[in-house]
Order: sequence, then structure tokens, then C-alpha cells
Amino acid sequence: MSSMTHGVGGISRRRFVQGLAAGAAVTVFSPTMLPLARAAVPRPGSYGLPELSGTEFDLAIEPTAVNVTGTPRLATLVNGTLPGPLLRWREGDTVTMRVTNRLNTPSSIHWHGMLVPPEMDGVPGLSFNGIAPGETFTYRFPVRQSGTYWYHSHSGFQEQTGLFGALVIEPREADPVAADRDYVVMLNDWTDEDPHAIVRHLKTGDGYYNYQKRTLADFFRDSSKNGFAATLKERWAWGMMRMDPRDIVDVSGAQLGGTYTYLINGQPPAANWTGLFQRGEKVRLRFINGSAMSYFDVRIPGLKMTVVAADGSNVEPVSVDEFRIGVAETYDVLVEPQDDAYTIFAQSLDRSGYARATLAVREGLTAPVPPMDPIFSRTMTDMGMSMSGMGAMHGMDMSSAGGMDGMAHQPSAMTMGGGHQMSGMHDMHGAAASGMAMGGMHHGGHHGWMPPPTPPLPATAPTNASGIVAYPQPKDVHLQRGPAVVNIAASPTTRLDKPGDGLNGNGRRVLTYADLVRLDRGPQNIAFDARDPQAEVLLHLTGNMDRYIFGFNGQTYEQARPVRLPYGQRILVTLINDTMMEHPIHLHGMFTELHNSADHRRRPLKHTVSVKPGEKLHYWVTADERGRWAYHCHLLYHMEAGMFTSAEVA
Amino acid sequence: MKPANKNLTQMLAAALATAIAAPALAAGDHMAGMLGTVPPIHTDPTVGYAALNQNEWRGGDGSNTYRWDGEAWYGSSFNRLWLKTEGSLDTDTGTLDDTEAQALLSHAISPFFDLQAGVRYDIKTAPSRGWATLGFEGLAPMFWDLGAYLYASDAGHYGARLEGSYDLYLTQRLVLQPQFELNAYAKRDARRGQGSGLSDLDAGLRLRYEIRREFAPYIGLSYERLYGDTGRYARADGEDSSKLLFVAGIRLWL
Repeated sequence: MSSMTHGVGGISRRRFVQGLAAGAAVTVFSPTMLPLARAAVPRPGSYGLPELSGTEFDLAIEPTAVNVTGTPRLATLVNGTLPGPLLRWREGDTVTMRVTNRLNTPSSIHWHGMLVPPEMDGVPGLSFNGIAPGETFTYRFPVRQSGTYWYHSHSGFQEQTGLFGALVIEPREADPVAADRDYVVMLNDWTDEDPHAIVRHLKTGDGYYNYQKRTLADFFRDSSKNGFAATLKERWAWGMMRMDPRDIVDVSGAQLGGTYTYLINGQPPAANWTGLFQRGEKVRLRFINGSAMSYFDVRIPGLKMTVVAADGSNVEPVSVDEFRIGVAETYDVLVEPQDDAYTIFAQSLDRSGYARATLAVREGLTAPVPPMDPIFSRTMTDMGMSMSGMGAMHGMDMSSAGGMDGMAHQPSAMTMGGGHQMSGMHDMHGAAASGMAMGGMHHGGHHGWMPPPTPPLPATAPTNASGIVAYPQPKDVHLQRGPAVVNIAASPTTRLDKPGDGLNGNGRRVLTYADLVRLDRGPQNIAFDARDPQAEVLLHLTGNMDRYIFGFNGQTYEQARPVRLPYGQRILVTLINDTMMEHPIHLHGMFTELHNSADHRRRPLKHTVSVKPGEKLHYWVTADERGRWAYHCHLLYHMEAGMFTSAEVA
Repeated sequence: MKPANKNLTQMLAAALATAIAAPALAAGDHMAGMLGTVPPIHTDPTVGYAALNQNEWRGGDGSNTYRWDGEAWYGSSFNRLWLKTEGSLDTDTGTLDDTEAQALLSHAISPFFDLQAGVRYDIKTAPSRGWATLGFEGLAPMFWDLGAYLYASDAGHYGARLEGSYDLYLTQRLVLQPQFELNAYAKRDARRGQGSGLSDLDAGLRLRYEIRREFAPYIGLSYERLYGDTGRYARADGEDSSKLLFVAGIRLWL
């Protein structure tokens, strides 16, 4: 294997991005350095990954040499595979996992999306002490749910270095989703860099991994398209805010100098993981985004996908061409392939790279890999600014090749052109949002979609039997701009009917959160709760990209008081994203019910909710799991930079 | 040290101490209910950074000068220790000119700006000077990296500095950077050849190619200008009060 320098030179970087080809595919070496090559084609009848099933599991977390890109690296793996073994459980069983830590640092495993006792949740410092080097910790809990989930380390950056795996739980009663084949498709972002180096790069270099910055050439192109004055004004608006509309992600897979190689089931694009099928079969694909930082837009050119489950819980089937999967989310889809081969194509949010796999009738077949979509730019909507502000962004909206929020469906807004108002822009944290900014103006994919009205709330939040009252309620939140808060969305919008930046109006039918409706037949992971909420909890998702500080309500973990969810109460949680990036917000221990336009009995259950930039959304929680639960952004480096808190149910 | 300067220095120290103490007062009770000794996340790791933004040869008028302008910091998101140094070495004569080092404490005070306070030490052929420093550094609107500083010397002199730079991306690797540093002094310091008022400007235009972010060779022009009495002192010494020079160097990060 020739040596290569990271980030330098086209050829080596290309291999970096594409990874090693199938012949040499992600070789995993056991600690004794005996090569243990894994095939890119799974054996029939499996979920497509090495699997363990039953009720008793012995798992070992070990430092293991892997070679994803051509450069050997030390990963932190479970039982020596990347991803770790798929664990197959059955609803109703009590499962026992004896996890031995063979690293020289503390470790942990968190069962993502599982309803478990708090001491089994696997968050060091919160639910237990972590697993010390050399120690074995025994996790034991009843499996109270079914569906697709995953597990990962909750210690340091081990999640980035390979400590993750899939969970598939078979329901006790008949599965309403019938399929002839069933594969897990686990998406990950792999880096040869030390995660601490990534932190340092994020803390020190502005846009260290961003190789899609706007250049002088972009300025001239936009000028000739939209006029010099309009372009200048648009650049001025972003410049005055010190915001870069091309800040799409923090850590990229850019060939020029990104760091990520995107994997499907542990295989880089060149190795091409392949799932086999026979014509006429129904294939279930369980997508899990186990990345540290990367959102993916997933499609299978030539195939409609029927989404049947989200975050482990069944939903009314919805047929789509494409879906965006936030970090830690899962989607199960059904496909009925008729041709010989299809490409599963998962491009990263910033279009800096992709993960790719193949569905084929036999080994060795491939289908064309589509080109990535054009790069897009953020808009004033992403800054939580009003429509009058958006008008001023006209020049940029037009210049970006991807469709823009709302704009594609609002010809009048697009013609506002040069004569726009700048008012919204300067009033970044002014409370007086102009009336025209709100929800009704933003209809897109779903014609005439309106955010559902918020439910009635008591004037004073009640105290529960243990004397606990919900916190932080809106009255408790006093947010100010400062080193940790660059922006406070003046006019956040609810855009559950939009697939998100870079996907809006792309001509494909893309899944949105407004499409998700809980399936009222078959296994139910939690019982329906008919009560109205007793209190509202408000969390602003705040940050400073430049300093790389993130938090809830402007506070990092150490600064904040824990969120309090009074045991037994029904709580409406409001999330407002004040930053210019998506945040996948994960509450441990309990499902949340997304407040979309579904009937109140049919709100979809989620464990991770992706909040778009400048978006405001709600979900419902029944606080029925006592304990102290982690509550955080699932972008690993955001979490480590402060967007982490705990939620106390007492 | 004169009493006036002592007062200034004390005020600086007090302001900085207050600023640094503020976040500690706001800390919540999150850590109280913690299990064990290791928090679930390590929010604010101490990080270090060092860069030589100017690391170049200057010439074109028959002289040969090595010029450096570097900075390093170490600390958390809010509080950092900065070391800065800049200077020129005449490679023909081996003499240092316009050389200084600063040690500063910084505290984040706004979304984009840090308050900085500390000391600066000048090394010159004429008497060296120590200064107390107070200033701001950060990202100004339109993406200008700006620094503005006030100085009070151990000999009762006051100075001010404004410096800035901007990165214009021509391509994703090719970057044009205008840069300037402007110095002014409250009163004349004849022994150091320094007039009062606007004293000197060092401006540059550099075109760098980021082979990687940490390693970027560049070429460019620098313009040095001495104003007022500072210029007159220089001319009396047989030096030019304005110079346009070629530069070539490598920007480095560690």
C-alpha cells in the first residue's frame, strides 16, 4: 500500500474519498494482526452484516487496525468489525450484553432509541460511571419495543472511530411490513484523522473543511445573472452578519481537503456493498445514519421507495423518490426492484461526497452512479429571518442551482429582485418580527400546508406529585447575543412540509416530516396518550460557528440547569433553531411525538428530530420514564462543543 | 512606572479579571447531580494554535529583509493566552528592526470579538520599550479580521494600533489577502526616531496558494510608509520614508 499524505493531491485524495476497492475491501485485522477480510456481498438470509442473535451477548470493545482508505488506522470496534455486529433481538425478551472494554480509556455503549432503565442507558457521568479499561459491564433490560435502532459509544469521540452497530428488533405480533429480503443499510462517515485534530481545526480555522466557499468567480457569475447592484447588496447582507451561506456542514468529504469517506455497511464507495435479490421480490431496507456529523440524501435511481417506518416505529406507507436522513435517524423503506441492478446513492448534505451500494440479482453487477446534485447556499430563511429579508437574498437564491426554500413556489417573491427591503436583516434579534414572516407564507411541497395550531396550555404550569415543575418554560428563557450566541431567529418558520435546503423543488418526490403518520395497526412502541400538554418547554438551539461553541438557550452543559420534565406530565417541547445548520436533537429514554399535521392520535414517534436552520417545531413527550436522561444534538462535534443537556424526569 | 500608567495597568487587570470571572458566576447546577467524576461531555477543551501569517523575504530595492508576523494561542473558547511577535531582520547586515513580542490574555466579549490585555516589548537598536496593552481582536463586518490596541509605555508614552486583513477567495485554494497595520503615538520619542501622531503604515497584498490550509506559499507586494516626524527622522538617517517591496513567503499553521 503506497503511503499518502492526507488532503494533498488529487489522486490520493480520490482514493481517500472512494476508499479501497472491493478486492481489498475494508480489511479488519484482529489484535493479533491476522487479516480477517469481510466480503462486500452478504450471505443470503442475513441483514447484510455480521449478526448476533438471542438474549445473551458478549461484546468486546477493542482497538483494531482497519484500512478504509489505503492508510491503516486504529479504530475502536465492537468484536472487531466495522460496523460492530448487528444485534438481533425479539420484543418481549430480556437481553443481556456483557460489554468488555479492552481500550485504555473508559468506554460505553448507548442503545439509541431504546426504552431502557436509566442505569442501562450507557451515558457516562449521567446514567453510569462508564466502563473502565479492562472492566466488563453487564447491560440487562427487557425489550419493550420493535423496529430498527442502533447502538454507539457515548464516550469521547469513539463513535467517530468505529464504535457503532445496528439493532433489529422483531415484533412479537405479526409485522405489518412484509418483505422477502431484509437488509440493514448503515451509513457512516469515516476519517483517518484523529477526532481531536478535527476539533482543533473546527476551533481554529474558519471553514477548515469547507471547499465550497463563494469565490470571486461566483460574484461575477451572480452579477451577470442578477445585476451588479443586487449581487453587491446580497454579499453586503451576508457580510454584515459575518455569515457564510456556504456553511453547509462543518466537516466535509471534499476531495480538495475534506476528511470524510462515506460508508455503507462499513464499505467505502469503491468497495460497493451489494445486497442481492431476485426479481419480483419485495426488499426491506433499514437505513440507519450512524454518522458522527453527516446528513445524507438517499435515493435509488429507478426505484420508488415506500417509507414504512421512522426511528423504529411504523408509519403509514408513503412512496418517495428520495429522503434526507439526519444523523441518528432511521428509516425503513420497501422497494420492488425489477431490473438487474440499482445503485443506492447517499450524497452528503453539502454534496462533498457520497456513500454508495448496489442492489443486484447477482454479485458483480453495478448500475450507474448518478452525479451529485449542485451545491446550494443557505438563505435568510435559514437565519430565521422574515420574508422581507428573503427578498433581499434574491441574488443568491437565483445563483444557487438547487431549489430554494419556498421560492420555487412563490414566483412573486422571486421577482422582488433589486428593490428589496433590508429591514429583516438588521433586526436580527429584534423581537418585533414583521407579521408577514410567519407560517402561512411558506407553503411548498404540500400545497397549502399549514403548521398545525399549538395545543392549549394552562396559564400556569402545574407542579407534579414530587413537587417538580417543567423547566425551562418560555418565561425562563432569557436569550441574548454574545460569544456563544451569534444569532437569535427573529422569525423562525415551521417547515415540516419541506424536505430541506438543497432538496426543495428538485423535481423528485422527497420525504418530509409532514408525510409521517403513525401507523395505527400492528405493534405500537408506546401507548397513545390522549391528554393535552400541561406545560411547554422551550429550547433554542444556539451557537457560534466561528468560535465553535454550541448550546441550548445559549448555555453549554456546565452552565445550564437540567431540563425538568415532571413525572407523569404531558409536555409540549418547542425547539427553535437559531443557527444556520440542521441539528438532529435526540432525547434519551422516551419517544417524542412530532407535532405535524397528522391527526392527534397518529403523530409519528421519533427519537431524533432534525430541526432545520431557522426552524421552529414542537413535539410532545409523556414524561413517564423516571431518571436523568441525556438530551443533545447528535452531531458529535456539536454535542462535544456544548449542545448537550440532561432532562430530569422526577 | 509613572502613577498614571500604574492606574491604567491596574484598570486593565481589573477589567480583565471581571470579564473572565463572569461565566463562572453563571454556571448552573448541572454538575451537582453528576455520576462519578467524568462528565458526559468535555465541553470546552483547551486547544492550541500557532501561525506565521507573514514568513517572507522582502526586497526589490537592493535590500534583503526577512519579515515575520506570527501568533499563537492556547486556551478555552472564552479565555486564551496569546503570544504575538513580529519583526524584520536585515539579512545583509544581520540587524533587527521593528521587532516586538506581546503576551496577552483574551476573553470573548461578543459574538465575534475578544478583549485582549497584556504586555508588549519592543526590541530596537534605540532603547527598547515595554508597554501595557489593551485592545480588541475579532471578525468585523464584511469578514475583516481586525485588531485595535492602545499602548502605554514604561516611559510615559502612549500609542495606538489598528490592523486588519481580509481573505478574498479567487478559487478554493487561491486567496488574495490585503493587509494593513497602522501605528500612531501620542508624543514624540526622538531617541527611537518616532514622531507624534500617525507614525507608520505597513500594508500588503499577498496572493497565496493553499496547498493545504496549514501550508500556503505566497507572493505579493508590501508598502511601508513613515509619516510626519517619523518620516523625517528616517530621511535624516538616509532612509526612505516610503518603500514598495516585493515579498515571497510561506504562510504556516502549526
